[in-house]
Amino acid sequence: MLFTVARGDLGMYELIGEISRWAIPVTLLLVPLLAFIRGVPVFEIFVEGAAEGFTTAIKTIPYLVAMLVAISIFRASGAMEVLVHVLSPILDPLGFPPEVLPHAVMRPLSGGAALGIATDLIATHGPDSFIGRLVSTMQGSTDTTFYVLTLYFGSVGITRYRYAIISGLAADFTSLVASVFIVNRMFS
Amino acid sequence: MVNYIWLGMIVFGILVAGANGQVEVVTRAALEGADKAVKTSLNLIAIITFWLGIMKLAEAAGLVRALARLVRPMTRFLFPDVPANHPAMGAIIMNLSANILGLGNAATPMGLIAMQELQKLNRGDPKTATTAMCTFLALNTSCLTLIPTTIIGIRVMYGSSDPTAIVGTTIFATACGMTVAIIVDWILRAIYGRQG
Repeated sequence: MLFTVARGDLGMYELIGEISRWAIPVTLLLVPLLAFIRGVPVFEIFVEGAAEGFTTAIKTIPYLVAMLVAISIFRASGAMEVLVHVLSPILDPLGFPPEVLPHAVMRPLSGGAALGIATDLIATHGPDSFIGRLVSTMQGSTDTTFYVLTLYFGSVGITRYRYAIISGLAADFTSLVASVFIVNRMFS
Repeated sequence: MVNYIWLGMIVFGILVAGANGQVEVVTRAALEGADKAVKTSLNLIAIITFWLGIMKLAEAAGLVRALARLVRPMTRFLFPDVPANHPAMGAIIMNLSANILGLGNAATPMGLIAMQELQKLNRGDPKTATTAMCTFLALNTSCLTLIPTTIIGIRVMYGSSDPTAIVGTTIFATACGMTVAIIVDWILRAIYGRQG
């Protein structure tokens, strides 16, 4: 099934696209309606829940400031290039083209920066080139791990992450290796 | 661990900037980072307020618990510390579903609600992550998106002859990442011991 999807099974995409388009409107229709049917005073309860929105969002500020300042310094200083230089002998034997390494390093740190690198690579090498397809796969298959951890833990005041970073980065690294493997396998 | 990574990025960054003879970029970068962080949080106010209201309604109508009951067979293995039918489970499922459908705007508030519910179950130190939180974030950060719309859009923009060709490879790579996330989380859970 995986391979028919990859070759462009349009019916499948359209179906998923339609589900994505309808998911939120349907949720917004069903939730208040069902609550009303079950005798919930809908307006009152909505406001009660929404009241915590402001504090929840504001609570994340110090955590995000701490993390994004560090990432921003790391990025702007040129330290990323040094890290790429250090990592390339480890990743070269895995069949990993050096051009996409900055993307791999940036992806868990900054979603916007990684997307910028991906766009640049797609523009330079072409979207249907090996590098273009590889970086597209890498962009879509992992998340901005550090941002998510900081935001989610920050919203409930947690500063000791225990092993959460290890499992997040292990997943990122696996997706990276799997991207190289599958793009090699399917497109070259 | 986060202490080392955080300090490492700052110290290493400043040293490299100094060695490159452009130490002044550090100041500007720090302020830009802080600015971006505050803007991100402020942008979240509207969307979080809205979804918190909807989620409260879903909870009052018993929908969150019904959802939790529905996925019970799977979650018993992944979240042994979360009691059956707890609203945390419903919020986790809604967050993951929104992620899979690529609805980032809805996924974040639901994820934050899930964290609040999980924090209510935290009987240990309130500043330390619980086992269930670590599992949730391992799933969340490695989670599948069926259609990576942003990158497809960029591929279209640069004239790709088959912009969606990467959907299959993306699903494969994510599935590998998610499998490893679940396994690593499960192993580390045993090594670090339970909390929460």
